[in-house]
Amino acid sequence: MAAAAALEAVAPTGALWGLVQDFVMGQQEGPADQVAADVKSGSYTVLQVVEALGSSLENPEPRTRARGIQLLSQVLLQCHSLLLEKEVIHLILFYENRLKDHHLVIPSVLQGLRALSLCVALPPGLAVSVLKAIFQEVHVQSLPQVDRHTVYSIITNFMRTREEELKGLGADFTFGFIQMMDGEKDPRNLLVAFRIVHDLISRDYSLGPFVEELFEVTSCYFPIDFTPPPNDPHGIQREDLILSLRAVLASTPRFAEFLLPLLIEKVDSEILSAKLDSLQTLNACCAVYGQKELKDFLPSLWASVRREVFQTASERVEADGLAALHSLTACLSRSVLRADAEDLLDSFLSNILQDCRHHLCEPDMKLVWPSAKLLQAAAGASARACDHITSNVLPLLLEQFHKHSQSNQRRTILEMILGFLKLHQKWSYEDKDERPLNVFKDQLCSLVFMALTDPNTQLQLVGIRTLVVLGAQPDLLSSEDLELAVGHLYRLSFLEEDSQSCRAAALEASGALATLYPVAFSSHLVPKLAEELGRGELDLARGDESTKCSRHLHCLQALSAVSTHPSIVKETLPLLLQHLCQMNKGNMVAGTNEVIAVCQSLQQVAEKCQQDPESCWYFHQTAVPCLLALAVQASMPEKGHSVLRKVLLEDEVLAAMVSVIGTATTHLSPDLAAQSVAHIVPLFLDGNVSFLPENSFPCRFQPFQDGSSGQRRLVALLMAFVCSLPRNVTKALVLRYHPLSSCLTEQLMGLLGDPELGPAAADGFSLLMSDCTDVLTRAGHAEVRIMFRQRFFTDNVPALVQGFHAASQDVKPNYLKGLSHVLNRLPKPVLLPELPTLLSLLLEALSCSDCVVQLSTLSCLQPLLLEAPQVMSLHVDTLVTKFLNLSSSPSMAVRIAALQCMHALTRLPTPVLLPYKPQVIRALAKPLDDKKRLVRKEAVSARGEWFLLGSPGS
Amino acid sequence: MVGGGGVGGGLLENANPLIYERSGERPVTAGEEDEQVPDSIDAREIFDLIRSINDPEHPLTLEELNVVEQVRVQVSDPESTVAVAFTPTIPHCSMATLIGLSIKVKLLRSLPQRFKMDVHITPGTHASEHAVNKQLADKERVAAALENTHLLEVVNQCLSARS
Repeated sequence: MAAAAALEAVAPTGALWGLVQDFVMGQQEGPADQVAADVKSGSYTVLQVVEALGSSLENPEPRTRARGIQLLSQVLLQCHSLLLEKEVIHLILFYENRLKDHHLVIPSVLQGLRALSLCVALPPGLAVSVLKAIFQEVHVQSLPQVDRHTVYSIITNFMRTREEELKGLGADFTFGFIQMMDGEKDPRNLLVAFRIVHDLISRDYSLGPFVEELFEVTSCYFPIDFTPPPNDPHGIQREDLILSLRAVLASTPRFAEFLLPLLIEKVDSEILSAKLDSLQTLNACCAVYGQKELKDFLPSLWASVRREVFQTASERVEADGLAALHSLTACLSRSVLRADAEDLLDSFLSNILQDCRHHLCEPDMKLVWPSAKLLQAAAGASARACDHITSNVLPLLLEQFHKHSQSNQRRTILEMILGFLKLHQKWSYEDKDERPLNVFKDQLCSLVFMALTDPNTQLQLVGIRTLVVLGAQPDLLSSEDLELAVGHLYRLSFLEEDSQSCRAAALEASGALATLYPVAFSSHLVPKLAEELGRGELDLARGDESTKCSRHLHCLQALSAVSTHPSIVKETLPLLLQHLCQMNKGNMVAGTNEVIAVCQSLQQVAEKCQQDPESCWYFHQTAVPCLLALAVQASMPEKGHSVLRKVLLEDEVLAAMVSVIGTATTHLSPDLAAQSVAHIVPLFLDGNVSFLPENSFPCRFQPFQDGSSGQRRLVALLMAFVCSLPRNVTKALVLRYHPLSSCLTEQLMGLLGDPELGPAAADGFSLLMSDCTDVLTRAGHAEVRIMFRQRFFTDNVPALVQGFHAASQDVKPNYLKGLSHVLNRLPKPVLLPELPTLLSLLLEALSCSDCVVQLSTLSCLQPLLLEAPQVMSLHVDTLVTKFLNLSSSPSMAVRIAALQCMHALTRLPTPVLLPYKPQVIRALAKPLDDKKRLVRKEAVSARGEWFLLGSPGS
Repeated sequence: MVGGGGVGGGLLENANPLIYERSGERPVTAGEEDEQVPDSIDAREIFDLIRSINDPEHPLTLEELNVVEQVRVQVSDPESTVAVAFTPTIPHCSMATLIGLSIKVKLLRSLPQRFKMDVHITPGTHASEHAVNKQLADKERVAAALENTHLLEVVNQCLSARS
C-alpha cells in the first residue's frame, strides 16, 4: 500500500516509470522515442529519466544494465542540446565509469558518449578525459563495425569542436588513434578514419615521434583493393577509398621518405590499377613536396616513369606516367633553394635528355614517340625546363629532319618539333632577346617552307600547323618571313580537289595569322585575291565556267577566311559586294551557284565580324543596304530582265541572302539595331528607298500591297531581319517556358487523337524538345531557360501516358511517337527513376510500324541498356526479339540503331543473356551481308561481343 | 605452348618492336549514307576488321606492329573470296599460328558465310611458313583449336576491345 501511495505522489513520473519498464523489461522499442519526445516537450527532465531507470542501471544482470543504458543513450542522442553543464559532468562520469563494464554494455555506453560529444555544454577538460578513458578501456578493433564507427564519430565530433583541448594531449592523442584504427577492415569505417588522419595532419596536431607509425597504419591499405559487393546499400566505391587514402598519403612532406619507396615499388606492380594509383599518388605528392623530399629518389622515380612510358602497357598508364613526370619537373622548378644548394632541376633534366635523345636519332625511329612525349611532359612544366630541353632537342631534330629523306619520317620529326614549339606558347618572355626560339628561327622557317612545298599532303598539313604556331610567337617572324608564308598560303588556298584537307587547313591558318599580322595579309594576299576575282569575272563573262568555276569558288572562300581582322574586313567586304554588283550588271553569265557562293562567303565574313561590335556594325551598314538594293531592283517589273535578276529571286538565292542578313543582325547592340529598324521597316511598309545606295527605281516598292510576286517574295528578307532583332524575339516567340505554352501543348496533345493530324502533332513534340541551330537560339537573343526539357517532361508525360491508355487502337501509335520523342531528348538521369513505369510503353513503341518512332525509341533505349541493365534485363526476351526484327528493317538508320542496341544488350548480366546466345549469333549472321557498309560495321561489332559472352578470356 | 601473354609474362621474344601509327577511322562518304547504293565489301573494310586485333604478346594492335597491312588484303565481293597475308614481327615468332588463328576467327565471326577465306603468312617472312599456312588452312584443326579452352581464351583476349 505504501508503495502504491508513493507512486500516486509522483503522478507525472508514473507514466515515465511505465515506459521505462516496457523498454527495459518488456523489450519494446517504441517507448524510447516516447520518452525522448516527452523530455523534449518538457514533461520531465533527464534527471527524472535517470531516477526512473534507477535500479536497472545497477542491475546485476548485464543484459538488463545494457538495456537501461541503451534507453538513456537514445534519449540523450535526441536531447543533448537541453543538457545543463552540471548534468553533463555527472553523465560523463557515469559513462566513463561504465566503459569498464561487461562487453554487452559497451555499445550502449559508446552511443551515450557520442550523444555527449555533440553536447555544447560540455565543460573544458572532459573531452580529453573521455578520449583517455576510451583509449585505456576499450579495445576498439574487437568491437562490431557499428560500434567502431561510433568511436570514430566521437573523435570526429571532438576534433570539430574541441581542437585546442585535444592538441593539449600532444602526441598521445595521435598515438591513441593509431592504436585504435590499427587493423580496421570495414570500408565505411576506413573512410572516416582516413578523414581523421587527414585532419590530424592538415590541422597540425602533434605527431611527435609517431610519423612513421601513422604512415604505416594508413599506407598498409595502399594500393586499395576493394570491390563493392553486388547491391551494396552503402554505395561506397573503390574510387572513394582511393581518393581519401591518397589525400592522407599526399598530405605532408613528412611521409615522403616512407612513401616514395613504396610508390616506386608499386609502380612496378603487375596490376594495372596499382600502377595507376601509384602514379596518380606521386602526382598528388608533387603538389606539397620540394627538392629536399625528392632528392634521394629522383633517379629511381625517373627510371620507373621511363619504363612505364616506354613499355606503354596501356594508354592510361602512359598518360599518368607523363603527368607524374610533369609534376615532378614542376615541383623541382618551383622549389626555393638555399644559396649553397645544388639545383636538382638541371641534373634531373640532363638525365632525361641523356636517356631520350639517342632514341630521337636512331635511324629506325623506334621509341621516338615515347621519348618525345617524355621530353615534352617535362618541358611543359616550367619555362626553365622548356628552355633547357628545347635548346638541346631542337638542334637535334632539325638535323634529323634533313638526314631523313622520306616524307613520312620527316612528318614525324616535324610533328615532334611542333609539339615543342607549342610548349613555348605557355611562357611569356619579358626580354625580347632572351626568347630561346630566336636562335632557331631561320632554320625553323626554311624547314616549314620545305614542308609546305612537299608533295606529301600529311607533311604539308603538319607544316601549316607549325607555321601557325611560329606565327603565334610574338615578334619572331620577320616581314620577309611573313611575305613568304603568305605566298605559300595563297598557293595552298587554290589546291585542287584531292587535297581538300590541306586547302581547308591553309584557309584556317590564313584566318588565324591574319588576326596577328593584318598588314602582311592586306598587302600581300588581298590584292592577289582581288586580281583573281577580276580574272574570274572575265572568265565568267566569256562563259568559260567549267574550268574556272572551282578557282572562283576557292577565291571567294579565301576572301572570307582571311576576314578575321577589322581592317581586312574593310577591304574584303567591298570586294565581295562589288563582285556581286558586277554580276548584276548583266555582263556575266552568272548561275544560281555563283551567286549563292558569294552570299555564303558574305555570311562567313559576317560570322567572323560578330565578336567585334565595330566590325559587326560596319558589316551591317555596308552589306545589308547593298543586298536590299539589289533585291529590290531585281523585283521591279521591267522588261528585258537580265538573267541574274531572275536568279536573285530564286528560292535558294533568297535563302542565302536571308542567312547573310540574319547573321549580320543577330549580334547588333539594341541601339544600333534601332537605327537600322528606322531604315528598313519604312522601306518595306512605305517603299521608302532613300537609304539604299542605288535608289532610282522605275516604280514604287510596295511588297505588302503590290500584286507582283517578285516584290512579295522579298518580305522574306524583312523576316530575316526582324527574326534576328534583340527584343521582339524574346517576347513573342519563345513560348517554351511561358504560361501560354501549357495551352499550346494541350492543344497539341488533343490533336494526337486525330487520325489524320495525329502523326504531325507527334512530330511537334520532337520540334519542341530539340535544339534548332538557326532560329530561337541564345545567339539570336532568344531566352532559353535551363531545364525546360525536364519541366516539359514532368508537366506532360503523365498526360501522354494517360492519353495512350484512353486512345483507340488506330491512334495509339501517335501517343507512342510523341512519348518517344520526348524521352529521347531528355537527360538520362531524369529518365532513369521513371523507367520501370515507362518501359512497357517504350517496348510497345518498338512494334509501331512508323520508322521515325522506331528510330526515336531505339535511340532512347540504347543508353538505357548501358545505364540501367538491371531494369532492362527483366525484358530481355522482348528486347532480343524486337531488336532482331528491326535489324532487317527497310530503313538503314533503323537497322543501324537496332544493331547498336543488340551491342548494348551485351552489358546486361551475362547469365540472363546466355540462353539467347546461339539464337542471336545465328540471327546476326544475316546483317553481316547487308548491302550497306555502315550496317555491316554495327553487325560485326555486335556479333563479336555476343561471341565473347561467357566465353573464356573475355 | 602458348604463353599467357601481356605484361610480365616472362621474357618477350621481341621486347622492343618497331611501332607504326594507327590509321584513322574510315571517313563516311555520301554514297555510304545513301539507302539505295549498295557498298561492296572492299579491302579497307576487311582491314578495318583485323587491324584492331591485339597482339598476343604486346599491348599493341596488329596494325601498330605492321603485322597486317591493307595492301596485303585481297578481296572479291562478287566471287566471295578473301585472302589475308600477315607478316610476323620476327622470322622465328612462335606466336605466328596464334596470330593467324585470331585473324581467321575474327573473319569467321565478321564476314557473311558465303565467303571463302584464306589466311596465310606473307611469303618469305617466317621460318616455318609452310607448316603454319597448312595448319591455318585446315578447317578441322581450326575447329579443334577453338574447342581448346586455353587457346580460345587467348584468341578471345586478342579479339576483345581495348580497355
